[in-house]
Amino acid sequence: MNPIRARGIRKSFGALEVLKGVDLDLAKGEVLCILGPSGSGKSTLLRCINHLERPDGGMVELNGVPVGYRLSGTTFRELPEREIQKQRAAMGMVFQRFNLFPHLTARQNIMEAPRRVLGLSATEASQRAERLMKQVGLAEKVDTYPGALSGGQQQRVAIARALAMEPSVMLFDEPTSALDPELVGEVLDVMRSLADSHAMSMIVVTHEIGFARSVADRVMFMDGGVVVEQGKPQAVLANPEHERTRAFLRRILE
Amino acid sequence: MAGIGNQAGLPSVLTDEQLASAQLLPRKQPWTWVAAVAVVLVLANALYSILTNRGFGWPVVGEYFFAPQVMAGLFTTLMLTAISMTLALLLGIIVAVAAASRNPVLSSVAKGYIWIFRAIPLLVQIIFWYNLAALYPKLGFGIPFLPPVVEFDTNSVITAISAAIIAMSLNEGAYMAEIVRSGLNSVDSGQREAARALGMSSWDSFRRIVMPQAMRVIIPPTGNETLSMLKYTSLVSVIALPDLLYSTQLISSRNFEVIPMLLVASLWYLLVSTILMVIQSGIERHYAKSVVRP
Repeated sequence: MNPIRARGIRKSFGALEVLKGVDLDLAKGEVLCILGPSGSGKSTLLRCINHLERPDGGMVELNGVPVGYRLSGTTFRELPEREIQKQRAAMGMVFQRFNLFPHLTARQNIMEAPRRVLGLSATEASQRAERLMKQVGLAEKVDTYPGALSGGQQQRVAIARALAMEPSVMLFDEPTSALDPELVGEVLDVMRSLADSHAMSMIVVTHEIGFARSVADRVMFMDGGVVVEQGKPQAVLANPEHERTRAFLRRILE
Repeated sequence: MAGIGNQAGLPSVLTDEQLASAQLLPRKQPWTWVAAVAVVLVLANALYSILTNRGFGWPVVGEYFFAPQVMAGLFTTLMLTAISMTLALLLGIIVAVAAASRNPVLSSVAKGYIWIFRAIPLLVQIIFWYNLAALYPKLGFGIPFLPPVVEFDTNSVITAISAAIIAMSLNEGAYMAEIVRSGLNSVDSGQREAARALGMSSWDSFRRIVMPQAMRVIIPPTGNETLSMLKYTSLVSVIALPDLLYSTQLISSRNFEVIPMLLVASLWYLLVSTILMVIQSGIERHYAKSVVRP
């Protein structure tokens, strides 16, 4: 069963229709990179998948179960917030602006949700934090506050924080767009090693064509709230079928 | 080579050796000393007059500083401040959250409360609550429009103390709501979003993520409000509640030592305010500990 199956996702903000019916499938262990110009709806799609935004139409399934709704008869009834929180906890999200909790150390950042949501003991959560900080190469920074970390280090802590919930899917929303160029590599390296383990299904919204080419199993190009084309990275990136994809790649590779 | 002091662009007369081993002295600042001496002289003169002017009545101040009636008044002032401020803080948090609520009824009621209780003078509110019995001789709890389940005689519930606490908590609660609101607004929306994405409940997100960060913005004005509250409690003399100031005035109406008794009150206010300021800076340090100054 595919971890994620989304059909006909639509979302408007006021008069602006950001998503015009998007279908998306993510296979187990697959890495899907979503490319597209800004305003194409990539981030909104990601936020609809974990129900941070409620889609106006269409439905997302996580491991075969509708996200945010329960089927009753022939209609879908919205779930209580508590139920949606459980579903969200199974999808790790990494933000463009990291969104680490500045008043907590890296360890406390990672421990917070496993303790509150999964009910882990302080010892278990702390051990998990140490293991994950080691995994992202920051073992010695475990008791540092975010303010004392570089942007790249903060984003690696944010990845560790999301992984601490042991999600079945990871969603990356332009994880390197807010970073100084020389710090992009360390974050991509962590994501690459996560992809290489084949244990994690990942959706990555990114502008890093090089990363998409070398890591993605599939690339999806979005523009104007629709999926323009998708396929193997070699195919889509080297020989795009649509003019819109070609124009975008020309601009970004210049 | 050409600079302001060497406009002709002449070669420097100083050797590299002289520049590298230059002995540096601070600028001479004679006026700093003149100003300091002048200020010290004025202060010394004032202090001399305070100590020698018999009108201040320092022996009387000493005699009444720990008088039982003054101590009782001080206790009332501290109790009123502590209880009212605690209630006001709780009320402020609830009202601020309600005002930000997506429920239009809840947010309108919260905003209406802030509007009314900030607009009417505290003195009026104190007198109003004290005279509540004129409006409602009996108070009761129950379902709206149905007969009350329990009922009290208003005058047995609204004493001078409870009227003062109700008035000051409600009044201060409206100000605290605005302070808490600005604190909550100061927290980046990404923080709430990150907590939600991790599956945290909105209560956990508020308690563990948003509020601790909002506290840095909330504490300094709350310290101010506490100091104001400490002194505004003196308004309760209007309903004959013997707080610190009113107690000292009751004494001076008997012994006619007006200035010394005012000094007794002032020195206690000064002392308590100083302690509160120390506590405030301690709390501020606690909430600033994650802020790294490289």
